Amino acid sequence: MKRKETPKLALWKFASCDGCQLSLLDCEDELLAVAGAVQISHFLEASRAVVKGPYDLSLVEGSITTAHDAERIHQVRRASKRLVTIGACATAGGIQALRNFKDVREFIKIVYATPEYISALETSTPISAHVKVDFELRGCPISKSQLIETISAFLNNRKPVTPPHSVCLECKLRGNVCVMVAHGVPCLGPVTHAGCGALCPAYNRGCFGCFGPQETPNTTSLSDQLSRLNVQRDELVRMYRGFNAGAKPFRRESEKNEE
Amino acid sequence: MKSKTIKLDNLARVEGEGALFIKIKDGRVIDARLNIFEPPRFFEAFLRGRHFSEVADITARICGICPVAYQMSAVHAIESAFGMRVEGQLRALRRLIYCGEWIESHALHIHLLHAPDFLGYDDAMKMAVDHRGIVERGLKLKKAGNEIVALLGGREIHPINVRVGGFYKLPAKSDLRSLAEKLKWAREAALETVRWTAGLPFPDFEPDYEFVSLRHPEEYPFNEGRIVSSKGLDFEISNFSSHIAEEHVEHSNALQGVLKGRGAYMAGPMARFNNNFDRLSRIAQEAAAEAGMTAGCHNPFRSIVVRSIETLYACDEALRILDQYEAPDHPAIEVEAGPGTGPGTGPRTGHGCTEAPRGLLYHRYRIGDKGLIEDAVIVPPTSQNQKQIEEDLRNLVPLHLDLSQEKLTWLCEQAVRNYDPCISCATHFLKLHIDRV
Repeated sequence: MKRKETPKLALWKFASCDGCQLSLLDCEDELLAVAGAVQISHFLEASRAVVKGPYDLSLVEGSITTAHDAERIHQVRRASKRLVTIGACATAGGIQALRNFKDVREFIKIVYATPEYISALETSTPISAHVKVDFELRGCPISKSQLIETISAFLNNRKPVTPPHSVCLECKLRGNVCVMVAHGVPCLGPVTHAGCGALCPAYNRGCFGCFGPQETPNTTSLSDQLSRLNVQRDELVRMYRGFNAGAKPFRRESEKNEE
Repeated sequence: MKSKTIKLDNLARVEGEGALFIKIKDGRVIDARLNIFEPPRFFEAFLRGRHFSEVADITARICGICPVAYQMSAVHAIESAFGMRVEGQLRALRRLIYCGEWIESHALHIHLLHAPDFLGYDDAMKMAVDHRGIVERGLKLKKAGNEIVALLGGREIHPINVRVGGFYKLPAKSDLRSLAEKLKWAREAALETVRWTAGLPFPDFEPDYEFVSLRHPEEYPFNEGRIVSSKGLDFEISNFSSHIAEEHVEHSNALQGVLKGRGAYMAGPMARFNNNFDRLSRIAQEAAAEAGMTAGCHNPFRSIVVRSIETLYACDEALRILDQYEAPDHPAIEVEAGPGTGPGTGPRTGHGCTEAPRGLLYHRYRIGDKGLIEDAVIVPPTSQNQKQIEEDLRNLVPLHLDLSQEKLTWLCEQAVRNYDPCISCATHFLKLHIDRV
């Protein structure tokens, strides 16, 4: 049976490391099947052929950090029926959002140290600060299985299944010994969104928040507990200022500990 | 008077955002620019004030394709600052995870990014319609590399198990055994890949390059060695900045590396191969000879064969490491408390240079009180190759002016892809100009 029309899939890159779009090429077993189910219409990392929009599903990687990109994301939105952000950069501004906390004077010092031909915005912001986003896929990087699930869900007009609970719960499901309770290792697992399968605790280290804040995280309580483990306030600030530093609950908690 | 312009706004099948601009007048190239417009992300700026234990995880985010390279250069630089050396089986495991990244990254570039140019396809998905077996073999080979990285690192992209002093957790022996079985297949597949790539059509083009790479007394280089060039340079990695300068040109968001007083140079697989042919394992040397490749190869289009030979070497080397592996007592050695780790003890500086899939990756850190980073310098391979890429375009285009505009543009794209440029890497370290909105 021939389908009416093959859905068009597009991938767009803004400020990022390419890792989340690479996740699609890393689906070695599924890639050719995906390429058969959709028309890959704009995916510069993989193809020089570009098919004109509109696109049924746009996956957007990266954050907005230049005036040019702040314009371009609107063009992408207009050309896309559905727009899904993939990864911490597109969803929370990424590691480059650390610039958002810098003193402007410090920036100026860097500017005047070397003459430059480059322009960039003062902040790194998520896609949702600029256009309507239909779904946000978390992670630094995203999980491959969640990516396939998301593409499949949107092609079939259903909501992707990506549990919003914490890494803490994933640890219990995996049968990990709690690194914080058993070994006193600082861990962001109690406030971090699931998706990695509690990877770091399984490797005997604390979670450092790749998937960003879970739904309604209790960061205050976690910070209290970490303080009892002798984690200093400057360390707390650094813990919340990782790849999801721009996500509101983490940003607020880091600022609170900076006061 | 005839003038012609080749302009390509979005370079495809490279990592990151770049464009190509070439101007030809009377059969001469008067301008050739690889325009990098990937937005800068300022890693070196925000590394300041972070603890040295965070650097491997943060710098991994410069590149999703070669995060292990960033982690390796970072931990070696920091260990050198503390005067530590990681030896024995921990050192071997680091070599093993790097083998995984080379296999994964090279298999990706060979099959998905570069081969379609030689065979006239827009992408590997279209190539798979006619050459499904080859694309599937390439994907499976790439997966084998990713499995090494995932086993030792926790996951393929941005692994979480690398730390200063070693690893957070050692791999289980049973997991290593099943990995070895897969790698035996991968070694055969890599050998077939060498034979297949050797039969691709190569344009005649042999510039007089200066090849720059690491060289180690016994090994094909990954993590250690001196920096050498094919024209006689030989220096310690701590002298990187004495020999290599970074120039900023107006059309690029990346600095361009040059050898001081000498000019452009080539880093990466071709440079490693030409400078270290005698350090390849027997199976890799034999496969190279069968493919008609030996030290002194100057045709950059043949880099696809060199990547295949290095993939074969990495599979072979990974199997050797697995065969000789005995679990060490501890997953890591600890940083001794000493100068630079406590308050008021004064800063110390460390250098690290390792061979990323795309070539030399240099890191330098100054670590101050409480173990916090005071200053960071990172020089990725693509910025070092950028000037050489432009010179290649200048030299290549005049030889092919009879081609149609479309074919000539495609040939130029292919010439850029010879370097497997990673533009996300090249752009991470720029200084900043603020636009206010």
